[in-house]
Amino acid sequence: MQTKGFYDEFGGIFIPEVLNPVINELINVFENIKQDKSFWDEYTTLLENFSGRPTPLTFAGNLTKHFNKGKIFLKREDLNHSGAHKINNVMGQGLLMRRLGKTRVIAETGAGQHGVATAIMAAKFGYKATIYMGIEDVERQYSNVFWMKKLGATVVPVVDGAGTLKDAINEALRDWVGNFDTTHYCLGTASGTHPFPEMVAYFQSIIGKEVKKQITERENRLPSKIYACVGGGSNALGIFGEFLKENTVELIGVEAGGMGADTDMHASRLAYKTGKIGVAQGYRTYFLQDEDGQMKNTYSIAAGLDYMGVSPILASLYKSKRVRFEAATDKQVLEAFQMLLSHEGIIPALESTHALAKAIEEIEKSTKDDIIIVNLSGRGDKDIFNIADAFLDNDWVEFIKKKNDYYKNVQKQS
Amino acid sequence: MSSIENHINKRLQEKKILIMTHQVLGYPSFEVNYEIIKLFAKYKIDIVELQIPFSEPIADGPVFAKANQEAIKQGVKVKDCMDFAQKVAAEFDIKFVFMTYYNILIQYGLEDFIKKSKEIGITSLIVPDAYPENSMEFFDLSYKYDVAPIAIATPYTDDERFKFIDSLTRGLLYCVPRKGVTGIKTSFDYETLAFIDKCKTNSKHPIGVGFGVQSKEDIQNLTGHTDIAIIGSHLLKTLESGTLKEGLQKVEDFLASLNS
Repeated sequence: MQTKGFYDEFGGIFIPEVLNPVINELINVFENIKQDKSFWDEYTTLLENFSGRPTPLTFAGNLTKHFNKGKIFLKREDLNHSGAHKINNVMGQGLLMRRLGKTRVIAETGAGQHGVATAIMAAKFGYKATIYMGIEDVERQYSNVFWMKKLGATVVPVVDGAGTLKDAINEALRDWVGNFDTTHYCLGTASGTHPFPEMVAYFQSIIGKEVKKQITERENRLPSKIYACVGGGSNALGIFGEFLKENTVELIGVEAGGMGADTDMHASRLAYKTGKIGVAQGYRTYFLQDEDGQMKNTYSIAAGLDYMGVSPILASLYKSKRVRFEAATDKQVLEAFQMLLSHEGIIPALESTHALAKAIEEIEKSTKDDIIIVNLSGRGDKDIFNIADAFLDNDWVEFIKKKNDYYKNVQKQS
Repeated sequence: MSSIENHINKRLQEKKILIMTHQVLGYPSFEVNYEIIKLFAKYKIDIVELQIPFSEPIADGPVFAKANQEAIKQGVKVKDCMDFAQKVAAEFDIKFVFMTYYNILIQYGLEDFIKKSKEIGITSLIVPDAYPENSMEFFDLSYKYDVAPIAIATPYTDDERFKFIDSLTRGLLYCVPRKGVTGIKTSFDYETLAFIDKCKTNSKHPIGVGFGVQSKEDIQNLTGHTDIAIIGSHLLKTLESGTLKEGLQKVEDFLASLNS
């Protein structure tokens, strides 16, 4: 009787009845493309030509030398077109939309990466795009809003609720409930109703497939540990998927520890053991919620991790203990961020830096024989406004003040 | 047959169409909820949905979504909603239905929630994200305690699924005549009425039509097609169209117009 799309007790379909036909349509098309080898070829060819795949697996030689422990490698999803792994899933769903015959795409976005990626996809495929973004995030990540608009997407700031990612998802779902006959909902993470968790993980699995080939070619063996940050869970599942059956490879998901476990200012559902199993936004998983079942407002220095739910696939891997969950605090993240800049000349997204921070914290426990891979899921240079805020850089503040004066004059003249 | 369905059938012998209305509990306050329910009783409203607020109300349009959020912000707890429901169920000659989202039941304890609902005089439950195939426990426990679980059919529900949903529902079948969330006007044109008639013909239960019912004219159009007309967002919009005092007066005027 129960539908497909359950992972242990997690996932499933919990949607208003009106969405039933569109979900079934999506399930059917997704089943078809999984059987159709030409689809995967079309998908990888598209990403090779458009997004620079395969992305490199960079040996972090200076960091490795600095710690004098296990070898550290970085999977460079930051080098994707648009600057994050989000583009993988989005281009896959863009191809899928063609098969669905839909011409309008809607998406939620937290940090803005998924919104920018969706706007890019829509421009390339000739679709109309509407992006829902919490008002808080619009303010934190205006540069991404700027690009979405320039790419031709309509950006709708969501003022309901906490004005963050979860509220953007609700608003996108409401749009979908009203427009599903022409519109595809391009969910950005491996959460939500079936088939999204499986579908997003499927498209993102290209990351892990490449890593396996790259590390085997280079080191002739599998890694000891793989670290990935976990918001909704798409980059983590993307890099873990290929290794789930390789029991010698330890998989570590790193959540946003924010101000720490003894505060409410974090977005850790699993590592801090504060999430409770429930149903919301179409699926069953661990949610940060109060005793009545109201979802809690989460906090993270990285907007992309600021979400109260977690992929049901990761929830089942947590329960089965196949993936170990940890959290990195804001303080650890800023230290790791600076370290990667200074030692390797790479500017990571704050989201991805959570994975790096935990890898650095645990490096002492490794030996020189260990191979440690960190999924660098996005780049940080485009988040300059909030990274500069995080460091409270005085020169930057002066620069913005001058810009402010400049814009005042420009506005007066125009 | 569930007790609410008996009640509906009995009333339908006296009236051509029953009216079901809606309150988001704790919004703008329990006191105002109470005043409005008093008006519902005065104007012989038959059934009232009491919505327990939820932080992620994905099936609700902007008016209800905001009301849910405000109520939670004001500190409304599930227990307050239960206490309030118990009080009004004892006091008024109205059948009360809880409407909320699945997580509220799950965190309360699914069986405890349903049992408690029965004890305090709630006759039915509407849980829009309790997707039937994955929520059989909800339906089975509701049957066990004779609290009618109301399932939903739409114009996109195919015949086979309609049969399935109609076999699950108790009390009434809730027919949503269009896509989209609550609070948007529905045009009750030929096509819409054809959908409603099809529901009426094929359902073994009384049917209710909601989403976009906004006027006496809508109700006149629906009379003879549906057993129950469901008015939701329009009442809240009416309440919010002026000061609280003006809003309450307008709600009363609206309810009076339905009876005229």
